[in-house]
Amino acid sequence: MKKPENVCFVLALLLASAAAVLAADGSWLQRVPAIERHLVDPYDNQPQAIAAGKFLFSEHCAQCHGSDAHGRHGHPDLRSERVARATDGELAWLLRNGSLAKGMPSWSTLPEPERWQIIAFLRSLPRDAEPVRVAGH
Amino acid sequence: MFTAPAFRIAAPLGTLHSLPHRFSNSRNHSWHRTALLSSALPLFSALLPPTAASTAARAQEPPYFVTYSQVLEEPGNLEIAQRGLTGSPKDSNAFYNSTLELEYGAKAWWTTELYLQGQATAKDSAIFTGFRWENRFRVLPTERWINPVLYLEYEDVNGADKSVLEVTGHDSIADFQERNADSRGDISRTIEGKLILSSEPKGWDVSENWIMEKNMMGGAWEFGYALGASRPLAFTGGSRECTFCRQNFSAGAELYGGLATVHDFGLHHTSHCAGPTMFFNLPHGPTLGFSPQFGLSSNSAGILWRVTASYEVQQFRDLFRSKKAR
Repeated sequence: MKKPENVCFVLALLLASAAAVLAADGSWLQRVPAIERHLVDPYDNQPQAIAAGKFLFSEHCAQCHGSDAHGRHGHPDLRSERVARATDGELAWLLRNGSLAKGMPSWSTLPEPERWQIIAFLRSLPRDAEPVRVAGH
Repeated sequence: MFTAPAFRIAAPLGTLHSLPHRFSNSRNHSWHRTALLSSALPLFSALLPPTAASTAARAQEPPYFVTYSQVLEEPGNLEIAQRGLTGSPKDSNAFYNSTLELEYGAKAWWTTELYLQGQATAKDSAIFTGFRWENRFRVLPTERWINPVLYLEYEDVNGADKSVLEVTGHDSIADFQERNADSRGDISRTIEGKLILSSEPKGWDVSENWIMEKNMMGGAWEFGYALGASRPLAFTGGSRECTFCRQNFSAGAELYGGLATVHDFGLHHTSHCAGPTMFFNLPHGPTLGFSPQFGLSSNSAGILWRVTASYEVQQFRDLFRSKKAR
């Protein structure tokens, strides 16, 4: 009598595992609503915002992504091709929502302008260049 | 270097209730013991972090003492906090309650936390009052207009506890009036659940907590609430690192109280408090907080003064990884 229940449980477990695998590695990009995908960073290329973003990055992000943003301990490299290709809106969506299953927390309580400043800083980093040391590290 | 003292704190959990007897046998030097107990915990939290990690992060937590928001600890980080509460309630002796809080981000959606509590009362004694273990789980994977977080807690505290980490049921000023020798034997093992609802409208944080609590040793389900609203004093980061810039401060207010029990749900014979709160985040350093909180009903303590100092050890779990894995 218990066999069908066990089969259902195993199937549910397999489906959950498959969903978790599918959710990995950049699949968050597909969840970004179109209206947010096309948002543009209001601080793009503004030196003061980039400098502020640098401080914010060193306080909140460098612990996982490294002071040079190349990633550490398996956390993503923020100077990668995928991040460079992502739109401002997609990065803003990720900062706001996080990717909880993958270990990226939500930063929604960080004020929105500060999140844009971090994105401005990320955009200012050279791709595949010498690592840039963030102030204080 | 880091792990040994942490385990030393955790180890005596099995002998918690032998501590009050040892501390309260003599009342003559109660304030010396106050110093012993209440300074040992902040000293621990002040000295330990620099040995553990070279940097600390500015927490994004809103400035609340009682209310919880949707913010969880970043995965792998350990926050060590010392919370102090002092007051001189009507018809009872002045007291100082000290709570050591160890908060660890297990996952991006799960935070687990251990509290160790003690208090010292003037003209009475200083005693260890118990511990709490809480877990918070984020329910939804993405941000919504209102974000729910589930909270589950087990607490093992005695009747001398004056931490006021929440108010439920008919908690009142009368709880402060008993002598420690009388109240320490009243041990409660309680499970508590909270529904935390949190929103972030236009840079503000607005959080509501609905609390239900049951003493497993008897008694009815008790209810309570906590509400908070806050915002940082500046929404943009500065281009230069500075200590006393507006973006390093956040301010808010909170209101909390009891909602009686399942048998007499409501505000009758309950206690309520409210007050402004202010947090100061030192760049790459600790966070300091302060709040005067005022009783709003005849059952409430007049004024309670709360202070906190917390320090976040970044990527604490890396200390336990092999060099190869790093």
